Amino acid sequence: MALTQAEIDAEIKDHQDAYDKAVAGGAPVRHHPARDYPPYRSSRLRHPKLPLVAVSGGDPETVELSGPVFGVTDITEIDNDLTLQHRGEPIGERITVSGRLLDRAGRPVRGQLIEIWQANAAGRYAHLREQHPAPLDPNFTGVGRTLTDDQGRYAFTTVKPGPYPWGNHTNAWRPAHIHFSVFGTAFTQRLVTQMYFPGDPLFPHDPILRSVTDEAARARLVAAYDHDLSRPEFSLGYAWDIVLDGPSATWIEEGR
Amino acid sequence: MSTTERPLPTPAHTIGPFYGHALPFPGGGEIAPPGHPDTITLHGHVLDGAGAPVPDALLDFWQAAPDGSLSGAPGSLRRDPSTGGFLGRNGVDFTGFGRVATDADGRYALRTLPPGNAGVPYIAVCVFARGLTHHLFTRAYLADGTDPLLDALPDERRATLIASAGAPRTYRFDIRLQGEGETVFLEFP
Repeated sequence: MALTQAEIDAEIKDHQDAYDKAVAGGAPVRHHPARDYPPYRSSRLRHPKLPLVAVSGGDPETVELSGPVFGVTDITEIDNDLTLQHRGEPIGERITVSGRLLDRAGRPVRGQLIEIWQANAAGRYAHLREQHPAPLDPNFTGVGRTLTDDQGRYAFTTVKPGPYPWGNHTNAWRPAHIHFSVFGTAFTQRLVTQMYFPGDPLFPHDPILRSVTDEAARARLVAAYDHDLSRPEFSLGYAWDIVLDGPSATWIEEGR
Repeated sequence: MSTTERPLPTPAHTIGPFYGHALPFPGGGEIAPPGHPDTITLHGHVLDGAGAPVPDALLDFWQAAPDGSLSGAPGSLRRDPSTGGFLGRNGVDFTGFGRVATDADGRYALRTLPPGNAGVPYIAVCVFARGLTHHLFTRAYLADGTDPLLDALPDERRATLIASAGAPRTYRFDIRLQGEGETVFLEFP
């Protein structure tokens, strides 16, 4: 039987309290979500139960300390504008999302691939398995790509995605978000994540966001509205920097 | 730059179920140039803790070129600027990067050239899936041999990282996310 939101909220609170207590007792801060996070039901059979095995650092022959490279052939010039992919304008609140891609040392990650995907303004993905009865927008696919520039900057123009229901529990709703897939200079820096919008009332109730049990870490997934990035008569601007983990990779001095 | 100025990492999230129109690309599993005589096939299932196939996993692959080079090359997603579609790899450059989404039976297949990394040859794998809050790294070793990672593992765990040779130039590598025969997953401290 599907659980209620109140039951999921209680589970979320239990995990939050346990984490906060552990950190207060000296446990390390967790920047990433636990893979074993029961409030997110689909995680139950899809997380390893055995601990990860550490690959000893410092060996320059380690394949994962290098990574795939991408170039101008891998994108087209308008891939970072999701409002230009069809004959007409998509419906919704036009936004620009921009920021920098950095490594753990704060250095820009240059020329790397960022891919995004998202629901349309009504909260529906252009994906056949998505059966949420919200309208599809014939002028919006919701997929974008770009390469970071020499300062590690990226920018996308799109429409603000809508929240949407999902099957985790009864009356489960995802806060509005944009999925990001990002590469660093090393394969170990690979990141797939989601960017949220400030002030979303669904935050406390979402087991995916709450799987990141560290409050400060969760805050790093929320873009900032930045009026200086808003473009007159055109779009509202959001700023969101992405910082890639993977300590070994940050030893490499020269960005590509 | 002092340590206090070092930014903290952006947390990972699950890839979710709806990446299918965004991330896979035509020829993602064909790193080898078409018809190359040295082509090998790496294939297998992704399985969950109940032994059921995972039909919505996405696998990223990264490996050394046959000559051992780790520099890679652009052009995995080579695009057609006039249509916005995909041209496919150029068949000359070895990009070292592959991406395959599992099918309805939880299977994947990658056709590539043998990796020429130092030591036992392996292909690095990054696993994403709905329900997996944070991706997992593993390695598909194409042979057994002396290797610092393998040698540190008990036999039954070591076996999970070694692809089994089947038909000529074909290797099977299953990824078990949980439970009996759970694959060894890696971290890079």
